[in-house]
Amino acid sequence: MTPPTESKYENHEYDVLIIGAGGAGLRAAIEALAHGARVAVVCKSLLGKAHTVMAEGGLAAAMANVDHADDWRTHFRDTMRGGKLLNNWRMAQLHAQEAPDRVRELEQWGALFDRTASGDILQRAFGGHTYKRLCHVGDRTGLEMIRTLQDRGVQLGFDVFMECTITRLLKDGDRVAGAFGYWRESGRFVTFQAKSIVISTGGIGKCWKITSNSWECTGDGMALAYRAGAELLDMEFVQFHPTGMVWPPGVQGILVTEAVRGEGGILRNKSGERFMEKYDPKRMELSTRDIVARSIYTEVREGRGSPHGGAFLDISQKPAEYVKRKLPSMYHQFKELADVDITKGPMEVGPTCHYVMGGIRVEAESGQSSVAGLFAAGEAAAGLHGANRLGGNSLSDLLVFGRRAGLAAAEHAKKVSAPGLDQMQMDDAEREILEPFERTDGDTPYQIHHDLRETMQHLVGIFRNEEDLNKALVELQKLNERAKRMRVEGSRLYNPGWHLSQDVRNMLLVSEACTHAALARKESRGAHSRLDYPKTEDAWGQKNHVIVNQRGAMTLFEVPRPEMPGDLKQILAEG
Amino acid sequence: MAEATMRIFRGDRESGKHVDYRVPLVPGMVVLDAVHSAQAHQAPDLAVRWNCKAGKCGSCSAEVNGRPRLMCKTRMDDLPLDQPVTVSPLKTFPLIKDLVTDVSWNYKVNKTIPPFQPRPGVEWKMYQRDVDRVQEFRKCIECFLCQDVCHVLRDHGKKDDFGGPRFFVRVAGLEMHPLDGLDRTPLLKKSLGIGFCNITKCCTEVCPEEIHITDNAIIPLKERVVDEFYDPLAKVWRKIFGAKKVPVERRHVDGLQT
Repeated sequence: MTPPTESKYENHEYDVLIIGAGGAGLRAAIEALAHGARVAVVCKSLLGKAHTVMAEGGLAAAMANVDHADDWRTHFRDTMRGGKLLNNWRMAQLHAQEAPDRVRELEQWGALFDRTASGDILQRAFGGHTYKRLCHVGDRTGLEMIRTLQDRGVQLGFDVFMECTITRLLKDGDRVAGAFGYWRESGRFVTFQAKSIVISTGGIGKCWKITSNSWECTGDGMALAYRAGAELLDMEFVQFHPTGMVWPPGVQGILVTEAVRGEGGILRNKSGERFMEKYDPKRMELSTRDIVARSIYTEVREGRGSPHGGAFLDISQKPAEYVKRKLPSMYHQFKELADVDITKGPMEVGPTCHYVMGGIRVEAESGQSSVAGLFAAGEAAAGLHGANRLGGNSLSDLLVFGRRAGLAAAEHAKKVSAPGLDQMQMDDAEREILEPFERTDGDTPYQIHHDLRETMQHLVGIFRNEEDLNKALVELQKLNERAKRMRVEGSRLYNPGWHLSQDVRNMLLVSEACTHAALARKESRGAHSRLDYPKTEDAWGQKNHVIVNQRGAMTLFEVPRPEMPGDLKQILAEG
Repeated sequence: MAEATMRIFRGDRESGKHVDYRVPLVPGMVVLDAVHSAQAHQAPDLAVRWNCKAGKCGSCSAEVNGRPRLMCKTRMDDLPLDQPVTVSPLKTFPLIKDLVTDVSWNYKVNKTIPPFQPRPGVEWKMYQRDVDRVQEFRKCIECFLCQDVCHVLRDHGKKDDFGGPRFFVRVAGLEMHPLDGLDRTPLLKKSLGIGFCNITKCCTEVCPEEIHITDNAIIPLKERVVDEFYDPLAKVWRKIFGAKKVPVERRHVDGLQT
């Protein structure tokens, strides 16, 4: 290892470096601070703007405030069944057991949830949840959560590096040593030296054309971890939320919260038929997201869709005042962006890429990845949701496993010595991100991003088959070649084209991982639907897909699912 | 295909001017889409801050045809498209580049506000009627349009003496929290300088979340300041019976890098 000769870059030293300032990152930071660690949070945007802010419907926790029969066992069972039993059962158990405490904690830090008549936190119904379980604030639960965590973190005194992008994790032998990145505003480079790193960078939705995700969801953390030697798990499982806006085209993909259905919204096709009766007569609109999304898609494909290729979602049978109070952002969103008054008539909705169940493979208890000192939590990590995530389980995931990763990262930092940074790695990272400036021909990152989104939308969408997936791999290979030659114009001062050139590399990597895993899983399960293998196969239910970088090649292998203990099996068998 | 002309500010702290871009119109397009279209096809280094494009994050604030707006909630078909659509950065904050300004001052003010602190031994019961008014304040998405339009900040540049509407909304949310145990009126009077506000309601007009900033946050807070500092009877009452809440002026924390 070459020691740095001089401090060529602005450098910061911390015990724990957290990459990503959404719910998981902020909760991890709070916990690490509480355990005495010096903590930095790095985020691509301004503080408080992370994708968590867009979460609408609620936060699932078996508090039993409304339905008194609810308990962690039922929540565990719902989560496992929703995930088609591919979930990491230990994560599903910890999540169900700890979520209520994490909610109470938020309240004690100032969050104000909607209330029951007896003064407790109100809970609403959601797809796949047996009981009314989602703690919520109208339809802006994510905003309440991120603001509460942000205020708490500022109070405890974390250092926040806003509008700062990490492009590479630095290693000291086999363990992580820090990170290399740049300030988006000035383009200046910055390095972090850290004993532990938590990846909490969220999802990969921006690889698809129609998505509910914000620009930040470009798979950065998964790509960083993969390049640093970590394993990715179950990358084929991408959730298409059943209800995104479909019209007008300018707003396509914007989320329509599941809370609309939770509050009684009804889905109909163009003939007025309540089509969920055919697909899931028991749970109807409150079936799991994979099923509702496929049902809408099927209705449209078979010619029964709404005028703009979706389904009708109607909540106008409820009193207008109730709709405005419980779903205020939906009311405004449709009124302002689509000229539709949802208190008077139906919305047009269709599936939109929303969430990735796959991600960095971690230990259930600690969020520890396969690389020493590297942790992950939230959407960037995999395991809890299996083949399909239930609505509301994401926000509780962020809190439960954000806390656990922050704790483990702080404990790890206490045990190890300060790592050294390697000048050669930093030189290489610098060269890599400056290269696009030197080219005068080649595509812009915008062109490559556009073509990537088309490819993933059409070839790796809700329904998949071998031919499309093989075609996607060929297209991704071509895009990778074009990305190696992409050019960037202008200076390093706040240059979005340059910023996107970094994001594109990450999106290509996670898209490839997703496609490989989708091709390999020759069955349909949860969010992964193969037209050529429509059945769910017991044998496939016994294994997960791991993707790892072996000598520069993306390599996929199967790992057996760990045996579930008898008491959990018993819980699953009940109800 | 129909087109529109986007007249977008390009420049940095040293110099700049508005530049015209012709962009194709798509049904339902918002100003942010038009800016992105110019960026993707004509001006790849055009700086614009945004996140969700769904009116939930408050990142894409700008001045559209002279009016502070969220670009993602401003529809192109609501604007007169026979003339160019002018898009400029927020005037109240220092320019970084093109449509991006340095809003770090807001984060510094925020840090001086003591957060929620429950009263000792409190029972965690709250009723909807008691949280309704606080939930209004917590709808704030920190777009800083209210800060941009507030003349105390915009025209008089009183950033050292005045917190601005956003932070009166934040303090109102804390002060009116049913279980909070602190009294932030000294802070409001002194470092946040609420007295400078002369209730012109410009902030309320531009709020994309339709928070009644002036009526529901600022005026009640001003009344509290008056009660606490200028009402002799109340002063005597507090001397004898003690303050209901613990008074705080500000707190000092370090660490926000911007």
